[in-house]
Amino acid sequence: MLMTERDRLAKEIKALADRLGHNRTSLVPMLQEVKRKYHRLDSYAMQVIADEVGIHPVEVHSVASFYAFLGDHQQGKFVIRLCRTISCDMRDKDRVARQLENDLNITFGQTTPDGKFTLEWANCMGMCDQGPALLVNNHVFTKVTPEQVHEILEECRSAFGQHAMERKEVHLA
Amino acid sequence: MNSIPTFSSMTPEAGLKKAMELSRPDIIAEISASNLKGRGGAGFPTGVKWNFAASAHADRKYIVCNADEGEPGTFKDRVILQEYADLVFEGMTIAAKAVGAKEGILFLRGEYTYLRPHLEAVLQRRREAKLLGPEVLGAVFPFDIRIFMGAGAYICGEETALIECIEGFRGEPRNRPPFPVNTGFLGRPSVVNNVETLAWAACILQRGADWFKSHGTEKSTGIKIFSVSGDCEKPGIYEFPLGISVLELLKKVGGEHARAVQIGGASGLCVPASEFHRAIAFEDIPTGGSVIVFGPQRDMLEVLHNFLEFFVDESCGQCTPCRLGNRKLLEGVEMLQAGTCSMTYLRELCALGESMQLASKCGLGQSSPSAFLSVVKHFRDELMGRVTLPTHG
Ligand SMILES: Cc1cc2nc3c(=O)[nH]c(=O)nc-3n(C[C@H](O)[C@H](O)[C@H](O)COP(=O)(O)O)c2cc1C
Ligand code: SF4
Ligand code: FES
Repeated sequence: MLMTERDRLAKEIKALADRLGHNRTSLVPMLQEVKRKYHRLDSYAMQVIADEVGIHPVEVHSVASFYAFLGDHQQGKFVIRLCRTISCDMRDKDRVARQLENDLNITFGQTTPDGKFTLEWANCMGMCDQGPALLVNNHVFTKVTPEQVHEILEECRSAFGQHAMERKEVHLA
Repeated sequence: MNSIPTFSSMTPEAGLKKAMELSRPDIIAEISASNLKGRGGAGFPTGVKWNFAASAHADRKYIVCNADEGEPGTFKDRVILQEYADLVFEGMTIAAKAVGAKEGILFLRGEYTYLRPHLEAVLQRRREAKLLGPEVLGAVFPFDIRIFMGAGAYICGEETALIECIEGFRGEPRNRPPFPVNTGFLGRPSVVNNVETLAWAACILQRGADWFKSHGTEKSTGIKIFSVSGDCEKPGIYEFPLGISVLELLKKVGGEHARAVQIGGASGLCVPASEFHRAIAFEDIPTGGSVIVFGPQRDMLEVLHNFLEFFVDESCGQCTPCRLGNRKLLEGVEMLQAGTCSMTYLRELCALGESMQLASKCGLGQSSPSAFLSVVKHFRDELMGRVTLPTHG
């Protein structure tokens, strides 16, 4: 990671801690915010967060690694989470899964090489009467059919726009 | 936007206004008289819970609304928050008045982030209307509510794991006792209630305990909101009085041809058609509201496989019976699917399931074997000696 990027990240985390409070109860909200913005929680970010909250970085890692939405792996701009739980399973979620893999050319747990899409499984997301359900970041799609997959991906691509692709990535320290 | 007729028929804020006229013990007395039991699944009497928190001495107390709704097949809390958020916040404010709390926290699961803007807007509107803030309804009663987002962990629906998460720790359940009403968020007395429980509390203050008791059974008073999914004609949200039989419910949702119904989510019971006369109530089949219908063509082993993958994924890993037990049960289901499980080993798995129910630290491990045990009990003849390999992957 470039020095300037590190500095920017550290500054942002400090501002975040000033806003949320320099204590342990701010830890999960801080991790959520950094993850949302940078699509990853790397060891440098965790170190800065640890300093701001006043705990050891291992503690931060221990918390982040516990939660499905906070893991330290790099994610794409669009995280697609397909529900794999029973009611969606009975509504043919496997076919939607297959089509997602086909159209993105990755398997579950992977991110497309251009960094745009990450494909993940999710457990029941409270849309069981309208399955198969999936989340794209915070947006929910219900009664998804395999042929709608392409449409959903196109919607993401156009919502995202060209300019966003040019944003500098923050890499691991 | 009218999914729950009883909630729609309520007069806004009438319950809160009533509560403001009552003394703290009188509010709790009304809730206790209604015999309202927790709608999150465990069914603990709400009046008793509030009373514990009210009589605890502390500099601060908290009201926590549990909107982590992660039990497979449950979505009623989402609908309640989408359509009746005011009723839930009204219930939280009444609880705060009753126990003497100044701060409320809505714990909203990360998967429901899209509800947050709406909920923040409702909270803001309530502040402007003086229903929240330094002087609620002009009285010497400060109370406000903030939203805390979950981060994708089913176990955080367990009340002590939920508190660990807000405090900035891994969502690992604590030993109970001490209970949150005594030692909750930041060591302070905290009432943790389900979304639906709090909405009913507001209704009870408005209509009275007798109105509530006029529905349901003696031990399971009132109405319950159900989330129905699976093989039926009309999946969705329903309100029924507690005590309704499984068959009656299935008829209403167009699922009377089911071979089995899962009541209470993956942690609940698998009820076979021969037991559809049983009642959905705390004294018979308890539930947090999840009803998953399995049609005649369903393979119950695939259902079990799905549930056990869920538990293996969501176990916090803190205690051995749950961390390893769920894996063993899942492997056992795979053996059954492959037709390689002996009857002796199946009996051992059942004994393991019973040990998990006894020895696990929290409700996840205590209830995760229920579906396995009930399927083995009721569908044994179709489990053994399979010759075809499963097709899922
Ligand atoms: C594994 C597990 C998950 C739970 N998930 C939820 C949940 O999502 N929502 C909920 O209200 N209660 C959940 N509970 C129950 C809570 O621990 C607690 O009993 C409940 O929030 C109390 O509220 P009530 O008395 O109003 O039902 C869960 C319990 C366990 C063991
Ligand atoms: S029963 Fe399971 S979820 Fe509960 S504390 Fe033990 S390992 Fe964690
Ligand atoms: S089972 Fe998929 S949303 Fe509940």
